Amino acid sequence: MTEPALRVENIRKSFGGHEVLKGISMSAAKGDVVAILGASGSGKSTFLRCINLLETPTDGKVWLKGEEMRMTSRQGERRPADLRQVERMRARLAMVFQGFNLWSHMTVMENITEGPVHVLGTPRREAREKAAALLAKVGLSDRADYYPAHLSGGQQQRVAIARALAMEPDVMLFDEPTSALDPELVGEVLAVMRALADEGRTMLVVTHEMAFARDVSSRTVFLHQGQICEEGPPDQLFRNPQTDQFRAFLSRMN
Amino acid sequence: METFLNWFPLDLPLIAQNFDRFLVGVRVTLGLTFLSLALGAALAVPLAIARASRHRVLNPLVWTYTYVFRGTPLLVQTYLLYYGAGQFAFIRDSWLWDPVLSQAWWCALIAFTLNTAAYSTELLRGAIVDTPAGEVEAAIATGHSYCGRLRRIILPSAFRRAIPAYSNEVIFMLHGSVVASTITLQDILGVGRWLNGRYYLAYEGLITAAVLYFIIVFAITRVFRWLERRYLRHLERRREPAAAAVAPPMGIK
Repeated sequence: MTEPALRVENIRKSFGGHEVLKGISMSAAKGDVVAILGASGSGKSTFLRCINLLETPTDGKVWLKGEEMRMTSRQGERRPADLRQVERMRARLAMVFQGFNLWSHMTVMENITEGPVHVLGTPRREAREKAAALLAKVGLSDRADYYPAHLSGGQQQRVAIARALAMEPDVMLFDEPTSALDPELVGEVLAVMRALADEGRTMLVVTHEMAFARDVSSRTVFLHQGQICEEGPPDQLFRNPQTDQFRAFLSRMN
Repeated sequence: METFLNWFPLDLPLIAQNFDRFLVGVRVTLGLTFLSLALGAALAVPLAIARASRHRVLNPLVWTYTYVFRGTPLLVQTYLLYYGAGQFAFIRDSWLWDPVLSQAWWCALIAFTLNTAAYSTELLRGAIVDTPAGEVEAAIATGHSYCGRLRRIILPSAFRRAIPAYSNEVIFMLHGSVVASTITLQDILGVGRWLNGRYYLAYEGLITAAVLYFIIVFAITRVFRWLERRYLRHLERRREPAAAAVAPPMGIK
């Protein structure tokens, strides 16, 4: 049996006394596109951020291609056992944010080459060549020398996707990548993500785009109050929802 | 020409005669100002990082330092060092006394440096803390270490955003450097006061000094305008109207 690209087990997260995630387990094989749906407050973004430790889960384990992210606890607080290992694993888990989060003082080209050059140690020339190819892929070859503030939201998000791709990640995490975009700009970003799915990239996508989940994902997961409420192949899930919560969610979204 | 000079209220020939002294004064002023600014900035970077951190020892320690030095006048700080330090036998006996603390120039440099370092620390701390949280998260998610984040994302971004406020600090420091003239140093104001005293004049020395300070400030603002244009381009509003039609992203036929 080959190791899944990503496996998480019993992820829990509490803020103060409030438990946001109540034990989530799932795995994604290489090439899987997992769409994560849920009402706001269901914990779906927090779940994604627990995978690369932007939030430290209160409990649970994460494996990336069989390598476990080692945790320890000190004075009752869970923390990474080895920060270097976490940094290495984060570099293999690229993230695309709702608010793009491009580095505003760097040009598009510098944004894309930053990780490869300064985290992975790729020679600058090689990184630039690869970045140029990635920019062509997301349709922004002519914007290499622009600063993020001089681009539209859709363009910024495509740069952010190119920046994530430049790390050649094992798994890509998308945290509501189209939620901050004007409606007319959503399509260009979804088109890029669709092409990545066709390429066989392993992706976890937290989204409100029902059409994307239905047409592109290989598996859809519906979170409700910090737990997996329903999951399965999208056509089955959408055609035949099993729980009242998911049915109610679907009717609200349509 | 003769009638103009008789009519003009300032003794221009006298100023011209002593102008070489003023140039020496300019050198003293610029030397003290920019040396203390450079040393102060070098100190301010690590101190600002400590102040922006939540370190339980370093943060309050640096806060105390900046609070004291920003809470007292530069003149008092300089006097305490120049007149005060010599009151203590152990300081007079230490290796620091002979080449350093007994010299007015060194006292001025140390006081100015500590003063500007305190202001620069707080200024830079503000810029560091204001770094957009999302950009820091993106750096974390990319796999940057704490030092990598600071060196590649947080500090370059903070330095740029601190430029406009720092130009004020440079001008304040230049003006503050007149304190040097009160501890025997012949900076620009020192030469002006010497000229007034020597010839029993009211204005000539002071006005010449004022004009020289003004010219230096003008040059400083010019340099900062250039720096802002170069390093704050990324914060400007879009120059072009709308982005021209872009090639469709892959996947769209």
